[in-house]
Amino acid sequence: MDTAYLIETIIKVVVVLLIFSALAGIGTYFERKILAFMQRRLGPMNVGPYGLLQVAADGIKLFTKEDIIPTNVVGRIFKIAPVITAATAFMAAAAIPFLPQFELFGYTVHPIIADVNIGILYILGIMGVGLYGPLLGGMASANKFSLLSAARSAAVFISYEVVTGLSILAPIMMVGSLSLIDFNEYQSGGFGDWIVWSQPVAFILFWIAAFAETGRTPFHLVANDHEIIDGFGTEYSGMRWGLFFIGEYANMFFISFVIPLLFLGGYGDGSFLGALGLLAKMSFFFFFFLWTRAAWPDVRPDQLMWLCWKVLMPIAVINIVITGFVMMF
Amino acid sequence: MKNTEVFNNRNVSENGYYLVDIADYPTDGWGKFKRVVKRTFRGELFVGLWVVLREMIKFDIHTIQYPQEKMPIGPRYRAVHEMKRLWESDAERCIGCGLCEKICISNCIKMDTRIDEHSRKEVSEYTINLGRCIFCGYCAEVCPELAITHGGEYEQASEQREHFVDYSYMLTPLDKMKAGTQVEFEGFGSITPHEDERVKKTPLAY
Ligand code: SF4
Ligand code: SF4
Repeated sequence: MDTAYLIETIIKVVVVLLIFSALAGIGTYFERKILAFMQRRLGPMNVGPYGLLQVAADGIKLFTKEDIIPTNVVGRIFKIAPVITAATAFMAAAAIPFLPQFELFGYTVHPIIADVNIGILYILGIMGVGLYGPLLGGMASANKFSLLSAARSAAVFISYEVVTGLSILAPIMMVGSLSLIDFNEYQSGGFGDWIVWSQPVAFILFWIAAFAETGRTPFHLVANDHEIIDGFGTEYSGMRWGLFFIGEYANMFFISFVIPLLFLGGYGDGSFLGALGLLAKMSFFFFFFLWTRAAWPDVRPDQLMWLCWKVLMPIAVINIVITGFVMMF
Repeated sequence: MKNTEVFNNRNVSENGYYLVDIADYPTDGWGKFKRVVKRTFRGELFVGLWVVLREMIKFDIHTIQYPQEKMPIGPRYRAVHEMKRLWESDAERCIGCGLCEKICISNCIKMDTRIDEHSRKEVSEYTINLGRCIFCGYCAEVCPELAITHGGEYEQASEQREHFVDYSYMLTPLDKMKAGTQVEFEGFGSITPHEDERVKKTPLAY
């Protein structure tokens, strides 16, 4: 492994970390604004022009707040849990090609940190590990509502891992590779080549499961909204709570990248227009997360389980079987 | 300011209220299955999405930015008291009768009077403890001179529960009087409109 490659990778890691930590902050601004507009409010207006500096104010608040470790919590696990959430969210980013490769000062940059040939498996696996953040945080909190929420989110995450995995299996069979770059190449022919046309069911299943994986409304069961407390994060304060938050928003951004890469042609042929297209698609999926939050109510946990095991999983299996038959004959 | 609500029609049966048509819940498995399929393909979720998107595009924001903008309040609103002056002479209307102090049910008016150099009774001390005042309006109603009334100033903050306003604070300033901008209170205790036409002469001959 030569030095140039090492330096390039480190630079890419730092850039991705910085951009997406900042985006996670700005994401909260977008979320507040869009939710506000949809509910005919104005949202944050006072800090900076149109409330733009609200993000900075929140950041300062989170960083300077006292880091409270309550009595009776299991200290070490309590402290490490938010780090797991944030770290796994960013680790998943390693296998995502954010842009097509481009030339910078005569040097070809691949905007993917590691083009591992099991990219999708890696991303799903890391996102699965992300479950330990809420789970350990809730279990270590010495608060029964945190514990309830942690158990519930664990159940949701594990169940919807199944749907995610099964729904993605059919496209993987068609492409014959687990690398996101290969997925993109497969669809690079243009609009008609998008996998969503041949696998609409898988697309919708994956999209639905993405809501559960990121814990967003209508599957926002990680927070105990109906118990009027904030779920597994109840006992957390300051930057530890902020890490949970950054993890959640970074996850939303990464999933919003993964869905178009898998189903909607990614960055297409790799031209500048294709790159813009990927960003536009990503923005739409991120916007959709906020949109549903304004429009839809949360479902009950039992309804969520019912949806997963009795509806989505059978459909995913049938989809795989049909895909297999079509490919065989 | 447009009036957005019809306040005087409280008859709910005429306001378009109707019973929502709720179908019976299915009891058997097949019925439940049919309901799931029907709900799945009826696209209700998209109706919800469209409604919020439409509101966002219309951008018809219904909130006001409070400290900079304020909602208009009714002329009968009972907020912090005011002391009025006579229109003819700009003199204070209050004659120091003490009725308001007497009637105040939360005992928050405290006043004192003295005889001034023209041998007239004059208010020397007058405070209202707004921390105790319940803004019932009795003082404004009992006042024989329409001197103490309520005003529209509802923003009062203080560091402690006792919060006193005194006579000079409530009294209409002289320059406002000169400009003729003193506003009569229309609420509790004020004279009804067209009172002149309805008033009768006292019959002296029995
Ligand atoms: S409004 Fe009622 S409570 Fe307040 S000062 Fe007048 S009589 Fe007293
Ligand atoms: S009732 Fe009216 S006139 Fe009498 S003391 Fe009170 S404010 Fe003055």
